[in-house]
Amino acid sequence: MHKFLTSIKKEYLLLLRDPGGLIILFLMPVVLVITITIIQDATFKSVSGNTIEILLVDKDKGKLSDEIQKSFNEIEFLTPISKFDNLPLTEEKAKHLIASGTYQLAVVIPEGLSSGLEKQIDKNIGKILEEFEGTVSDTLYTTRLKEESPKKVTLYFDPITQEAFRSSVIFAVDKLIANIETKSIYKGFEKELGESESLTSFNRDNFVKYEQINPSLDGESILPNSVQHNIPAWTLFAIFFMILPLSLNVVHEKGQGTFVRLQTTPINYLTIIAGKATLFLLVSVIQFTLILVLGIFVFPVLGLPVLEIGDKLGLLYVVAFSAGLAAVGLGILLGTIFNSHEQAAPFGAVLVVLLAAIGGVWVPVFAMPDTMQIIAKISPMNWGLEAFYDIFLRKGDITTILPEIGLLIGFFISTIVIAILYYEKKKAV
Amino acid sequence: MRLLWQKKHSFQSLRSRLNNNMSTSVIKIENLTKQYFGATFLSLEKIDLQIVEGSIYGLLGPNGAGKTTLISILCGLIKPSEGKVLIADKSYKNNAKEIQKMIGVVPQEYALYPKLTAKENLLYFGSMFGIPKSELKPLVLSHLDQLGLLPFADKKIKTFSGGMKRRVNLIAGILHKPRILFLDEPTVGVDVQSKQAITTKLKELNKEGTTIIYTSHHLREAQDLCTKVGIIDSGKIIAEDTPDNLVSSIKNARNLEDVFIELTGRELRDYA
Repeated sequence: MHKFLTSIKKEYLLLLRDPGGLIILFLMPVVLVITITIIQDATFKSVSGNTIEILLVDKDKGKLSDEIQKSFNEIEFLTPISKFDNLPLTEEKAKHLIASGTYQLAVVIPEGLSSGLEKQIDKNIGKILEEFEGTVSDTLYTTRLKEESPKKVTLYFDPITQEAFRSSVIFAVDKLIANIETKSIYKGFEKELGESESLTSFNRDNFVKYEQINPSLDGESILPNSVQHNIPAWTLFAIFFMILPLSLNVVHEKGQGTFVRLQTTPINYLTIIAGKATLFLLVSVIQFTLILVLGIFVFPVLGLPVLEIGDKLGLLYVVAFSAGLAAVGLGILLGTIFNSHEQAAPFGAVLVVLLAAIGGVWVPVFAMPDTMQIIAKISPMNWGLEAFYDIFLRKGDITTILPEIGLLIGFFISTIVIAILYYEKKKAV
Repeated sequence: MRLLWQKKHSFQSLRSRLNNNMSTSVIKIENLTKQYFGATFLSLEKIDLQIVEGSIYGLLGPNGAGKTTLISILCGLIKPSEGKVLIADKSYKNNAKEIQKMIGVVPQEYALYPKLTAKENLLYFGSMFGIPKSELKPLVLSHLDQLGLLPFADKKIKTFSGGMKRRVNLIAGILHKPRILFLDEPTVGVDVQSKQAITTKLKELNKEGTTIIYTSHHLREAQDLCTKVGIIDSGKIIAEDTPDNLVSSIKNARNLEDVFIELTGRELRDYA
């Protein structure tokens, strides 16, 4: 025990006297989580907020285009711009601005949209009324009006915009135009039937409405936000990034004479790595605490949603500790296998990014192809992420996270055993 | 705990002295061969060697001769391909921990943490040998004092000169009063004063019963220090005797350097 405690003290002193190492271990995760959350928060808001400027080219200049402009103004996440350099936007100019990446989206309302839609609605209403009345009165609609060709609202997208963004914009524009069309149909009926009482009392609100509920395992409903999503994901990324300094620490130790001396003392490899493992585990817990403090106290000051942890603090620490164990095990294993910084540093960095990608830190696992969804299940970062989501978003308890915790601890034990076996095998060469 | 540790080490020392009087071999090497993985040549070839307890044995040889490989096997750092090594009649295979408790190793490179102070380094390595905490601190300070380093006990190793680092390196290998001490070039790159302090300390340790196995390129130093010398070349022991006997065995040889050149040749031993 004394040897173990002395090893921890030695590692602690070495870390304390390495300001660069301290910055990497504690400041970088904080910077990472703040930066990513601010960016992701903007993305979250872009689906329901008010942040993206769009170019609106009005070639119609009719009632309908006015209506469209008004409706665009009402959409929270879109700010329509119809003038550029104090001149009305043309389709060519808009195209150029999108192609150059100055703006990400342009909507072009075609010429004659208002009149065309009006005529089409008149024709349709006339048809209905004719059929309803069973007469062909003065052939007002069906013969006098000719069929209108469909009009196209053109959308220009910056090539860098992602499919999810395009889909949400197309959906919003489609809904908006459909609403306007519906209103125009009502107006057409009003025009033909007069201001009858029954028509004015007609309920024009949508009959089908949507309610978004986020069920949780304990029955509470929680509203997920960027912080609730990002803290677990990027905390895990930060914890697993510890693989890099830890493996380099082991490689460095092996490269200097101290390792030769330690190998000739009556201690085993487990004692040599136990001090490092414990200190870095402690570092991961401190990192997690810092990020929690950040989410609860600093994020609201930065205008970000507050991190809601409820009464699950203990469980969160259980997950962070288990994830820390898995990261420590992997770091020790890589440090044991590799012999130089040149081998360990790039491999460690790429591996963390790979585990994060596979584990669902960037793209949710459910959105991955089938094969990748299976592969995701072998990423320790995915186990940690699922456990965090169980607590943060699904309000699960200890039994819910037990399988993931078991996997993380099992991973730690396996990596340490492999590291020891590899070390012993290597000694025989 | 402290008493037990003291008793154990006093007993070891006594036994060592007794064994010395009886010329017991504390290290027995039989048919030792080592071929590294992927190598086309043998680094050590069928070496038979016995080192008497209480002696200072100098292992001399040109670069690449196999000195470090032999020392590494004796210290348990690498395993032999063939042959048998017994340290105080024990083998690494069955008694690694026991052997490690009775040996001390002073590697050629500075086996110290540059960011820790001399005292912190020594307290750490002393703890790894299981020296009780209460015993360790005075022991460290006493050794630092003996080697003129007490005023620098709380200075970081990275600020030390080469000679100072060598002395701390030596202390780290002898804190637990080893029965057998392995030193790989302990005086390389140090000034005359540090070299003298180190050799004096080694002689003191030997007087107290420690068997010393030592490699060096300083042949004059080896001649002065060693009770027996083995010259190794191309993985084989080509000569072994007391320094005086070796000198007298070669016609016109005035010292160990003449013997060494005569036996190993004048050609450069560069290898990669």
